[in-house]
Amino acid sequence: MNFKHKFVFLFPGLFVLIGILIFPIIFTIRLSLSGWNSYTPEMNFIGITNYIRLFTDDPRFWESFFRLSFLSVTTVILQYVIGFALALMVWREIKFKRFFRVIFLIPMMTTPVIMTVIWRTFFHESLGPVNDLLGNIGIKPILWLSDPVIAKFTVIIVEVWQWTPFMFLLLLAGLLSLPKEPFLAAAIDGASPFRKFVYVTFPLMAPISIGAIIIRLIEASKIMDTVFVLTSGGPGTATETSSFYIYIKGLREFQMGYAATLSFTYLVIMIISLTIIAKVLTKLMIKE
Amino acid sequence: MHKLYTFLKYTFITLWTVFIVAPFLWAISTSFKDFQSVNSKVTYIPWLDFEPTLEGWRVLVKSPARGGVDIVEPYFNSIFVTCTASLISIILGTLAAYALSRFTFKAGFVRNNDITFFFISQRIMPPIVLSIPFFIFLSTIGLLDSLLGLVVVYIVLLMPIAVWIMVDFFNRVPKELDETALIDGCNPYQAFYKVVLPNSIPGLIVAGMFCIIFGWIDFFFAFILTFTEVQLLPVKVVALNSSITPWWSLSASALISVAPLIIVAFVVERYLSKGNLSGALK
Repeated sequence: MNFKHKFVFLFPGLFVLIGILIFPIIFTIRLSLSGWNSYTPEMNFIGITNYIRLFTDDPRFWESFFRLSFLSVTTVILQYVIGFALALMVWREIKFKRFFRVIFLIPMMTTPVIMTVIWRTFFHESLGPVNDLLGNIGIKPILWLSDPVIAKFTVIIVEVWQWTPFMFLLLLAGLLSLPKEPFLAAAIDGASPFRKFVYVTFPLMAPISIGAIIIRLIEASKIMDTVFVLTSGGPGTATETSSFYIYIKGLREFQMGYAATLSFTYLVIMIISLTIIAKVLTKLMIKE
Repeated sequence: MHKLYTFLKYTFITLWTVFIVAPFLWAISTSFKDFQSVNSKVTYIPWLDFEPTLEGWRVLVKSPARGGVDIVEPYFNSIFVTCTASLISIILGTLAAYALSRFTFKAGFVRNNDITFFFISQRIMPPIVLSIPFFIFLSTIGLLDSLLGLVVVYIVLLMPIAVWIMVDFFNRVPKELDETALIDGCNPYQAFYKVVLPNSIPGLIVAGMFCIIFGWIDFFFAFILTFTEVQLLPVKVVALNSSITPWWSLSASALISVAPLIIVAFVVERYLSKGNLSGALK
């Protein structure tokens, strides 16, 4: 087909996206080299001072980054295992199949922050139902939101509730699109359900699994909404993730220049680590 | 062995269903409570544990001056921003996806896949990275705290999703379809508009639903880029949460805010069961 038309299709979208994004990115890089804060709100040039500060004198950022890695990797692994199990269970005929499929999808349709508002009352340490029910069977109240270690698990519980459905959806859609022949062959050979899963289903699902895990990791790396409402990063900094820390520096303390430094570094780390994870996963899951 | 497996399966499904439904049940129950039944001890079942009242729901329709929670305006703001941004993203995204699926692009080392990746990779961008420059940018051109400013930002969030789903979808629409149309004398635009597009309705619906979901549930941009003039639903509910709004009206407003998209779950399931989604999401 000829030359001109293809650009008419591609360019509107491409240029709108580039048009909206190019300014923020260049601006962030420039801002990261300035000392813009609430005292001197101007675009001066202080070289790489901010970057030196970040790499030598800001353990809080790196802690928040490792915390984020821990939270997102844990939640995505849990979501993958549970989501895959659920997808396998409602893949073939079971009673009320469509009812369960709808139920399993519902959490991803609900707004995370709004559900977190409800979760906050749910995990309330004296007036919430969880501690009350646990109390009935003789378990002492658990400090869901004010204990630094348990608060992390509360965040994980909420994240798993919220986003397992997305994993479930991607994996179920994948399962439903698999070819029938390998399963027939396995049935003729008399393979047990377990062997069928290990030798047929799982290898066939590997590419889809990788796709789903990476998509979820990308989304999970942005954990912020839940933390913001549930614990506000607390107690102390126990649940503070990178985004939240950048938010505090930039839009609460108005150290815009330094926040831009953090943002840009964070973005670069994200791109590099997600690329590495994608490569490693592909190697691990597709062996032959 | 088989019986045990079936038993475990249904146990797991039941437990998970309880886990999913629990916060909703709790919120529904709480929305009918009053001061006494929230603060004295934990109560669950209306009439049995406590006397239900409609106070929590009544507050939603009252004006703020009379102690109400103004949720109607944020509701319409959210609908407007989500729908406008989704529509623009779908139109631009579908056009771009069609181009990437049908034509070959070559510019230096850049190929089709790289352009597709560029679109989709915008999802990697953490919202916080964009929010600071957008904050300054929008305040310079006077669009801070406005619906239009939000629509612009949401296009960045949603167009990658539209491109992601539509490229895969068009790849599965047979090429012969447009080729026949071209031989029959259509120009490329007519071929796209009259032949390819009508055959892509399922893909468009799936892409549309995903745009609406991810537009509707966004909190962060709305939170940073708007203050008082314009409020979106999630921001409003979180603002209620941080002020001293009682639990019953908080629960009622939360429930009413998440209700519309639950319908989407039914639509998604329908497409899933009909097999239309399988290809679209692969």
